[in-house]
Amino acid sequence: MSAVRTDVKAPAFDVERIRGDFPILKLEIGGKPLVYLDNAASSQMPQPVIDRLVRYQTTQHANIHRAVHTLSEVATAEYEEARRKLARFINAREEREVIFTSGTTDSINLVMHGFGRKFIGAGDEIILSTLEHHSNIVPWQMLAEEKGAKIRVAPIDDAGELQSGEYEALFNPRTKFVAVTHVSNALGTITPVRQMIAHARARGVPVMVDGAQAAPHLTVDVQDLDCDFYAFSGHKLCGPTGIGILYGKAATLERMQPFKGGGDMILSVTFEKTTYNTIPHKFEAGTPPIAAAIGLGAAVDYLSAIGMDAIAAHERHLLEYATAAFSRMAGVRIVGTAANKAAVLSFVVAGVHPHDVGTLLNQYGVAVRTGHHCAQPVMQRFGLPATSRASFAFYNTIAEIDALVDGIRNVQKILA
Amino acid sequence: MADPKALYQEVILDHNRKPRNFGRLEQPSHEAQGHNPLCGDHLSLALNLENESIAAIAFKGESCAICKASASMMTVAVKGKSRKEAEQLIEEFRGMATGELDCGKVPHHLGRLLVFSGVRDLPTRVKCAILPWHTLHAALHSVASTSTESGDDPMHAPIGNA
Repeated sequence: MSAVRTDVKAPAFDVERIRGDFPILKLEIGGKPLVYLDNAASSQMPQPVIDRLVRYQTTQHANIHRAVHTLSEVATAEYEEARRKLARFINAREEREVIFTSGTTDSINLVMHGFGRKFIGAGDEIILSTLEHHSNIVPWQMLAEEKGAKIRVAPIDDAGELQSGEYEALFNPRTKFVAVTHVSNALGTITPVRQMIAHARARGVPVMVDGAQAAPHLTVDVQDLDCDFYAFSGHKLCGPTGIGILYGKAATLERMQPFKGGGDMILSVTFEKTTYNTIPHKFEAGTPPIAAAIGLGAAVDYLSAIGMDAIAAHERHLLEYATAAFSRMAGVRIVGTAANKAAVLSFVVAGVHPHDVGTLLNQYGVAVRTGHHCAQPVMQRFGLPATSRASFAFYNTIAEIDALVDGIRNVQKILA
Repeated sequence: MADPKALYQEVILDHNRKPRNFGRLEQPSHEAQGHNPLCGDHLSLALNLENESIAAIAFKGESCAICKASASMMTVAVKGKSRKEAEQLIEEFRGMATGELDCGKVPHHLGRLLVFSGVRDLPTRVKCAILPWHTLHAALHSVASTSTESGDDPMHAPIGNA
């Protein structure tokens, strides 16, 4: 028995030590140190995750859930251990509530096919928001077209804040589903998703949360949110591409039809009838990306060791510093000024097209995203064809934001 | 810029700041709209063809610096040229921008337009440089509008994504 020590503090956030874990951050681009500020598109991978992939591929690989030989049993155990890690990461009640998918887009399509096509019909309404990424719009439009259902859209204000009152006013007895983002990829707005879910659930309406931009930055607790579905991608979370998860409440997943048919999702097959496997396997047809799932497990271990709260605090510091610096620059306007934001800074430079901003910043080693960010309704809301977007991760530094600001000043000197 | 191969050379910056032949034509014989839906670049081009020769040409639009400078320098290059010469220049510019034409080996008529050869190393920007030429091609063939994303367009350059 040892007493709980209250005098030992967690080690201070040491960004330089963390950067040492990311080999790619040592790169130079055109002779300039890489300043990687495109984390909302994809984050970089730390050495422990790279090492985990190598170890799996070197000593543990075989197909899973099939053979009785040792390697297959090892691979199966590691794959299912990764599922447990993901379930813990989002505080799922049970690990069978975590389905491995190829990413957020795949997860949303799974829900559209597995839940939407079974339970949404003609005249029913699906609520989305203006903030949605195309991947949380298009599948629902496809469903609406197929079934004769209707899409309703919760609007945002000039700051990019989701309008809760107008969202709530969209509900009526035909409302059958809500699909909403947790964090806007284009603006960084954190939506009041917990209250939105509560409002929907009080009316018996299931909610899917697109967590692609939230899971890398915030502590996600699906039991606290009480959503029916939550989805995110591994590659935005220091993991590999080609892997992501769909969380679903067990009872909801049980009611759904499978999305893809194939091996591993069945219990028995004859030409007369197939009996589907139990969840989560019912939704994991075919050989999954085993290595990527195990890599994602290592990635959430890595993030958890640093601590999502510490990550959020560091990123908040970066965002506040960058927001203040941008506010002091003449001719630069931040697009998306919600009170509650994750580490995304969308901006326009007066008289300079975002593509020119992006190409010129690249010549200073600064990687930002330019374009419509697969969120054209957001761009239309602000009357812009495109913006430039700097998006931060916990391994970014104040010095890198200074490099971004200097880069923009140079862009203005050249073009504005 | 330290990099001599950098795209944003003074001649391009100059045409971006002070685009030539920028405006409208009264009663043009040929016109077309060019659009890049991926970045929102939009260009309207009008010209007067007299005896199969481009007597007057003008453009207007909202676009990035590369697109605007390319449009400006294009109008300067094709003004007074025959339709056939303009069409050849369109092909050569497209070849240069996509990297299909080796400008060092194959004879061509690009002249000052060679400042755009740097886009071949920036696949996402190739369409910005090509859009005005794309639009000129459409105007000469009496196509009302063209898009960098229409697959059936003979000028379509299936490169990059914005």
